[in-house]
Amino acid sequence: MSYFKKSPWIIHYDATSCNGCDIEVLACLTPMYDVERFGVINTGNPKHADILLITGSVNEQTKEAVTNIYNQMPNPKVVVAVGVCACSGGVFRECYNVYGGVDKVIPVDVYVPGCAVRPEAIIDGVVKGIGALEAKYTEYKESKKAGTKS
Amino acid sequence: MDNILSIIIPALAFIIGAPLVGGFLSGADRIISARMQRRVGPPIWQSFFDVFKLLQKETVVVRPSQNVFIVFFLVFVIFTGVLFFTGGDLLLVIFSLALASIFLVLAGYKGSSPYSFIGAERELLQIMSYEPMVLIMAIAFYMVTDSFNVCEIMSHPVSLVTVLPGVFAGFLFILTIKLRKSPFDLSTSHHAHQEIVKGVTTEYSGRALAMIEIAHWYELVLILGFIYLFFAQNIVLGVVAALAAYFLEILVDNSTARLRWQWMLIGAWVVALIFGGGNILALYLMR
Repeated sequence: MSYFKKSPWIIHYDATSCNGCDIEVLACLTPMYDVERFGVINTGNPKHADILLITGSVNEQTKEAVTNIYNQMPNPKVVVAVGVCACSGGVFRECYNVYGGVDKVIPVDVYVPGCAVRPEAIIDGVVKGIGALEAKYTEYKESKKAGTKS
Repeated sequence: MDNILSIIIPALAFIIGAPLVGGFLSGADRIISARMQRRVGPPIWQSFFDVFKLLQKETVVVRPSQNVFIVFFLVFVIFTGVLFFTGGDLLLVIFSLALASIFLVLAGYKGSSPYSFIGAERELLQIMSYEPMVLIMAIAFYMVTDSFNVCEIMSHPVSLVTVLPGVFAGFLFILTIKLRKSPFDLSTSHHAHQEIVKGVTTEYSGRALAMIEIAHWYELVLILGFIYLFFAQNIVLGVVAALAAYFLEILVDNSTARLRWQWMLIGAWVVALIFGGGNILALYLMR
């Protein structure tokens, strides 16, 4: 049995977002929505986190930070792109100074659209992320058993 | 034979029972904190879910040897608890607890990241802050009961809190530092992640972090055991007092902001001097 669905710890990174989605992410932790009911903790430390929430369309400056955080997270891990900028670049998609979407830099598991995204949608996205996390855990366990992981 | 059994039974009870009680208490802590903030909070078993999850997660290391320190931290915390609950020497209990904390500090230094360095330094400052008061407590116990043995301190006819109210107040103050609760959650805290990420435990993940959590559960039970010592003549009163002290810590945790380490060090030493030292002085003069 996997305990990931009982205690998904989250790290939140703002990759050139306008702060709209970030405020909605933090709103999930307030008494109104209280995601700690599901065991969610906002850790701020990639080495303790299971789910990476990224907002914004990622540019040259934040690319390194995003990949760095992703690489520091222990397996199994899941990435949730929060907001339309993180999903596809949104209205900034054609801009010369953004990559346009988190999936241009690291693999994304769940896309949560919206501008700014509603807290209900973020919670829904995290729950979908937990599903992906469970699948990745089974994968990780099998790869460890097979000895393919060094 | 009876003598051996009287050591083995409490030792086993502590080794098996303390993580259950500690995990349950830290789950209750999170629910009570949530209710104080008008939230619903996680289920009471949340701390156990967290640890089981961490055991299933990959353990990433900076250096392969770093987790050795965490193992020693856990082992010495358990050793300290066993000494205490089998009625051993209080001085040895205090110093082996200090040794356990030093292993956590060394683990922080071994992590070799700026955040775990700051965390380790602050952990050292925390040890420096609470240690005088703990020693004063041991001396005060000796002055009243003529013994450093936990067993004999517990069987003293008079409730210790009636003769040592100052020492008890001082110990309540350092309890906040020892449990790493706000305003003294300097070395590691979920709330300080903008400042020091996760302090001492920044570089620890998976099984190592799970071991740190379990060690904290053991530590919590051990520290509440110290509170119990003050009320040991009445078992019910002792347990109620320990739980009340823990509730007080949660209340303080939720109503204060993190202080700078200078305030912690000065505050703890002044409290130890006035409450602890004053109490000892009064005992000495009244002899």
